[in-house]
Amino acid sequence: MKLITERREISSRLLRFSAPIVSIAIALFVAGFLLLASGVNPLEAYREIIIESLGSIYGLSETLVKTTPLIFAGLGVSLAFRMQIWNIGAEGQIYMGALGASGVALFSGIGNHWLMMGAMFGAAFLCGGLWAGVAGFLRARWKVNEVIVTLLMNYIAILWVDYLVYGPWKDPKGFNFPLTAQFSDTARLAEYFNTRLHSGFFLAIFCALVLYLFMERTVWGYEIKVIGSNPKAAQYAGMHTGAAIFFVLFLSGAIAGIAGFSEVAGLQHRLQHGISPGYGYTAIIIAWLAKRSAIGVVIVSFLMGILLVGGDSLQLLWQLPVAFVYAFQGLILFFLLASDFFIQYRVKLVKGGRHA
Amino acid sequence: MPDFLQIEHIRKTFPGVIALDDVSFSVTGGEIHTLLGENGAGKSTLMNVLTGLYHPDRGEIRIDGQKVGFTSPRDSLSCGIGMVHQHFMLVPAHSVFENILLALDNVPNLFNRKEYRARIKQLIDQFGLDLDLDSPVWKLSIGAQQWIELIKLLMRDCRLLILDEPTAVLTPQEADRLFSVLQQLKQQGKSIIFISHKMREVMQISDRVTILKKGHSIATLERGSFDENRLASLMIGTDQIPEWQKNLQMSEEIVLEIQGLSVRNDRGLSDLDSFDLKLKKGEILGIAGVAGNGQKALAEVLTGLKSASQGRIMAKDKDITHSDAKKAYIAGIAHIPEDRKSIGIAPDMSVDENLIMKSFRNGAFSHWIFQDKKAIRRNAAEKIDQFAIKTGPDGSPVRYLSGGNIQKVIIARELSEKPAVLVALYPTRGLDIGSAEYVHKVIADGADRGMSTILIAEDLDELLKLSDRIAVMFRGQLVGYVDPRNTTREEIGLMMSGEKQGVAG
Repeated sequence: MKLITERREISSRLLRFSAPIVSIAIALFVAGFLLLASGVNPLEAYREIIIESLGSIYGLSETLVKTTPLIFAGLGVSLAFRMQIWNIGAEGQIYMGALGASGVALFSGIGNHWLMMGAMFGAAFLCGGLWAGVAGFLRARWKVNEVIVTLLMNYIAILWVDYLVYGPWKDPKGFNFPLTAQFSDTARLAEYFNTRLHSGFFLAIFCALVLYLFMERTVWGYEIKVIGSNPKAAQYAGMHTGAAIFFVLFLSGAIAGIAGFSEVAGLQHRLQHGISPGYGYTAIIIAWLAKRSAIGVVIVSFLMGILLVGGDSLQLLWQLPVAFVYAFQGLILFFLLASDFFIQYRVKLVKGGRHA
Repeated sequence: MPDFLQIEHIRKTFPGVIALDDVSFSVTGGEIHTLLGENGAGKSTLMNVLTGLYHPDRGEIRIDGQKVGFTSPRDSLSCGIGMVHQHFMLVPAHSVFENILLALDNVPNLFNRKEYRARIKQLIDQFGLDLDLDSPVWKLSIGAQQWIELIKLLMRDCRLLILDEPTAVLTPQEADRLFSVLQQLKQQGKSIIFISHKMREVMQISDRVTILKKGHSIATLERGSFDENRLASLMIGTDQIPEWQKNLQMSEEIVLEIQGLSVRNDRGLSDLDSFDLKLKKGEILGIAGVAGNGQKALAEVLTGLKSASQGRIMAKDKDITHSDAKKAYIAGIAHIPEDRKSIGIAPDMSVDENLIMKSFRNGAFSHWIFQDKKAIRRNAAEKIDQFAIKTGPDGSPVRYLSGGNIQKVIIARELSEKPAVLVALYPTRGLDIGSAEYVHKVIADGADRGMSTILIAEDLDELLKLSDRIAVMFRGQLVGYVDPRNTTREEIGLMMSGEKQGVAG
């Protein structure tokens, strides 16, 4: 007897729809054993996650707060994915976006709120875009692998921000903590319902819609899809693939950069060490799971937000280690990726061996 | 002689598709058994079952009367079944000897180099092959590389050799050489499954022919009980073949002239080397040559995929070598089934989207930066109707279409631009007869309207049937032109191997 796998020629619609649901259910089931081992009733824990993240205005608002940067970064990464370009550097682009926006907020001295918002947005857009644009240029000009470049530039970006907040930009009245002075009110996004929910969230939704229209309705989106599907055909049809690679990586980084703007202007109101706890990396997972669709990015980001907020409360309530949240994320990912395999392949048990 | 291999009632389905349905045939020792069938008839699925890549849903494979179940290619190899694929599995930088050694199991870590060399040498001499064991594979011609694949299988003592369209990459002379080796192997008692759609070859070497049609093995015929017509009608059945007539084109006007064109490949070698060509208005100019002698580079440089390192491409009196005007003047169709994406289509996108790939920025399909989805749909409906393209549900990716229909999508798109010159690279490779005839008809009709075609094909019969003139290529250079009405296959064959010059101009 032997197990063999075979590629399915066409995967069924039912399977594609039900597979993610089943795999999340299995992940919950397996994680339940981890919880049991820590002496926590899994059902109670799951109820807690749902109640904490969705059951109150406060919980929901916190979930949306976490969802916001994930949407921006996820959109950026997924845009590049559409062209088979792998932007692993959303984390660094978030930092550069935050750096650009903070520079404007701290030193431009603009007095008008809307003007200030526009300038901060523009700076974040440009900084994130150029940061990824370096990788785009290298890839388009000399075929340098963008995965390596974008990944390594994350470290540079994070250290740049650290240099500034530990050094020249450090708040003189900040008791030597690694953070800048607080932004003035002109440099803050509006907040709602007495919660931390800020207008960055609505900007993120708006961004997703614009990106959806961009991909599905414009000639540029069409061009990106053709290049992603078959670069040779695109070249044959007279498209300039090199320019498109630079443009797409620039835009991808710019959108991730907006996440930096939204975090400093909407939430933290200053630049500080560790402004992103890895949103840029989670974004890669999100873009992957969303299957390159802008609307999918919003939905998956929201699910990840639930997990982040719910996980926090598990830590508080049962003193579970933060590692549990990561393990839980990992399990969900693992089973989702596994389900991807089962959607594409069938597994069969055959009576095997030769001369059987 | 008892049957070496028996295939009984094999059925293999994929979701929504019955690829093989009740296929039975047998191969005896010392037999050349041809499998004949249109594209999509199930030949490759059947070979994948035989070599252990697919597991059949139903049915039995017997070897020497014993039932076997293959779960991997290794199983089938160890039962003595070996296959020469269309794509060779060789390491280009390694020598012939190393490549053969790589293919062998049970070579001890400390092996006797001399002994293995002697064994290989013996095989080479036995068949009178010209093969240097120490030459790196990349230096060898495609024909020689095919010999290596064959020797690999013989070194493993394979009893059944499967050859998948082996002559596609050979000159007529090389093909004859191969056939005589196959005859020798047959005399030694080896069994051979030969896959081909070139009738001439099938007639020449088959002991028996099994015809596959839509997943069924519909007949097995003994030598003497079949002729070309019988085989063709069994293979195609009652499908309609489009009618077309070729008119001899008389114009002497030169619409495209290639002067001293050179193209380098990634390794810095010249794929095209001072290549010259003159194309007359409304003519079909066939390009003959053994695969790998610069045909692909010629198509790629004409359609703008590669740039020339030297030389000029002239449209009438205008130099268009590096100009964007080339795109509108020259259109290209290419179909390479094993590499569907190579030129031509964006496989993940819909038929509608693929049809506008060259004109998506036109005012007809876009307003400012927005696409006009209605116009795109309308255009597609028109083209699908005009070219009788069979598509799946609206919006489904073009890669789910059959090879013939993908080719129709490409043709519909390229011809809608009304190009002066059409470059057709292997336009019928892998297509069934009906679809291939359709492509021929489109090219012949185009010629009647004054479109000139450069037809690059590997099947001499196709070139002889369709072309007004034939230009022969060898090592990236033009050998000469021949008139298809008074030339022989042998003459063209000699030119293809660089041994004979044709007429100039």
